[in-house]
Amino acid sequence: MQKAVEIRDLTVRYGATTALKGVSLDIPRHEIFGIIGPAQSGKSTLLKVINRTLEMKPDATLEGQVLVEGKNIHQIKDVTQLRRLVGMVAPLPVGLPLSIYENVAFAPRKAGLRDRAKLDQRVEKCLRQAALWDEVKDRLDSLGTKLSGGQQQRLTIARALSHEPRILCLDEFSIAIDPVTTMRIEEVLKELRSQVTIILVTNLVQQARRLASQTAFLLNGELVEFGPTDQLFSEQPASRKTYEYVRGIFG
Amino acid sequence: MTFGETKLGRKKRRNEAIAKVVFLGMALSMILPLVLIVGYLFHQAWPILSLDFLTAMPRRGMRDGGIWPALLGTFYLVTISLVIATPIGVAAAIYLNEYSRDNWFTRLIHLAVVNLAGVPSIVHALFGLGAFVMFAHLGRSILAASLTLAIMTLPVIIASTKEALASVPMAFREACWSVGATRWQTIRGIVLPNSISGILTGIILQVSRAAGETAPIMFTGAVFYKAIPEGRLFAYGLFDQCMALSMHLFTISTQVPEVPPALPFGTAVVLVMTVLLVNAASIALRAWLRSRKKW
Repeated sequence: MQKAVEIRDLTVRYGATTALKGVSLDIPRHEIFGIIGPAQSGKSTLLKVINRTLEMKPDATLEGQVLVEGKNIHQIKDVTQLRRLVGMVAPLPVGLPLSIYENVAFAPRKAGLRDRAKLDQRVEKCLRQAALWDEVKDRLDSLGTKLSGGQQQRLTIARALSHEPRILCLDEFSIAIDPVTTMRIEEVLKELRSQVTIILVTNLVQQARRLASQTAFLLNGELVEFGPTDQLFSEQPASRKTYEYVRGIFG
Repeated sequence: MTFGETKLGRKKRRNEAIAKVVFLGMALSMILPLVLIVGYLFHQAWPILSLDFLTAMPRRGMRDGGIWPALLGTFYLVTISLVIATPIGVAAAIYLNEYSRDNWFTRLIHLAVVNLAGVPSIVHALFGLGAFVMFAHLGRSILAASLTLAIMTLPVIIASTKEALASVPMAFREACWSVGATRWQTIRGIVLPNSISGILTGIILQVSRAAGETAPIMFTGAVFYKAIPEGRLFAYGLFDQCMALSMHLFTISTQVPEVPPALPFGTAVVLVMTVLLVNAASIALRAWLRSRKKW
C-alpha cells in the first residue's frame, strides 16, 4: 500500500543548529499518526518540511528525501499545489482578519473557485467537519478573529480542510484551548481519519495514545523509535527512553 | 502586616508625585510653542485673511492682492510628487518587507533608503537640478520640481510603509501560505488591507513635508512670479514653472522691499493651516481605520 508520507534520511539545520538528524519515517494513509517528543525535538520542523513552509525561513537548509503521496516534494514546481494537498493547523489558533465565511473560502478562492454556490457548499461542509457550523451558521459574516480561542482553532481546522487536503497536520492544536473543546476536536479527528491522513504532533502523550494508531517518538532531532502506539506505550518499547518519556519520568 | 504610613512609603509617594508633574510639564511644553506660533501668525495676519486672499493674484509687485498662484502651485507640486513617489515607495517597501531575504544586497538597499532619508533638502535640490532640469531636459518645470520632491519623500514613504507592513502579524502570512496562497495573494488578500491605515498615514505626512520645503523646488521649477487666470484649477501645465507657498513666503519676506507685514504672515498662516489640516486628516483617518481593526 502506498504511503501518505515517506521520509528518507532527513536532516534539517537552522544555521548552525541541527533540528532534525537523519530521520526516516513512513506514514501510512488514512490513519492518525502521532508524533510525540519534548520541546525542541524537531516535531514542528518535520511538519514545516512536509508542506515546504520551511523554505520561508531564510537560514534553513535541508538534506534527504521527502515523498508526499508518492511525489518527491522538492521536484514539485508549483509549491502551492503541495500546500493544498497538506492541511496545516498551527499551535495557536489563527483566525485570519476576515469574516468566518471568508476564512474558510479563502483557500478555495485563491485556488480559483469562483462559483458562489460551490463556495457556500464547501464552507458549510468544512465548518461541519470541524464541528463549528452550528455555533456560527447565523453569523458567517462576523469576524473570524473575534471568535473564542477554541472556536478559532476549529475555524483553523475548517480552513485547513477547505482546500480538500489528503493529509491533515496538526501541530499541538490543543495548547491554547480548553479541555472540553480539545475533546470535541479529538472526536472530529476520529471522524475525519477515514477521509484524510492525519499527522498529530503533540506533547501530550496521552492524546497520542487516545488517537494515534502509530506513533513516532522524537528526541533532540533524532527519531528514537516509531511503531504501533500500543507498542510505544507497552512495558517494553524498543527504547528505554521511550518508556521513561511516555511515563513522564523525563521530558 | 499593617497598612500604616512608613518613611519609605512617604518618600515613594513624594517621588511619584514629582515624577508625574515633571513629565506632565514636559508634555505641556510641547503644546505651548505650537499654540504660540499659530496664535502669533493669526494675530499678525488677521487684517488680510479673507477668501479673496486665497483666490486673488498678487498685485503691485507682490505688495498687495492674494496668493492664488502659489497656493495652486503648491497643490500641483505636492499632488504630482506623491503620485510619483507613492507607487514606487509602496512597491519597494513590499519587496523589502515581503519578498527579500536578508543578504548583502537587501542590506545595501536598506542602507541606501536610510541614507537617502538623511540627505539635506538642498542636496536634493542640486541633484534635481542636475538630473531632471539639465540631464533629462525637463527644464525648470512643475514636473522637474515634483520629481525632486518625490525623490526627497521616497525614502520616508518606503520606511513608513515597511513599518506598516511589518505590523501585520507573521502568523497571518504563514496561515495563508500553508493553505496554498502565493506570496502575492497573501499580500493582496491579507497584508495590504490590514496595513493600509499605516501606509496612508505615512504618505499623508509627506504632504506636509513636500508642501513646506523650499530648497528642492527653488532651483527646479518654482519661480518668483507667474501670472495665471484667477480661480481656475487647471491653470498650470506639467512643463510650466509655478509659484509655491513656501517659495512665495521666502521671497516676499526677504527679497521684496516694503511688503505690508500682514502679507507674509497671511501666507504663513495658509501654509501652516494646510499642514495642520493634512495632519489632522491623517490622524482622523488612522483613528477611523483603527476602530475597524480586525484583530
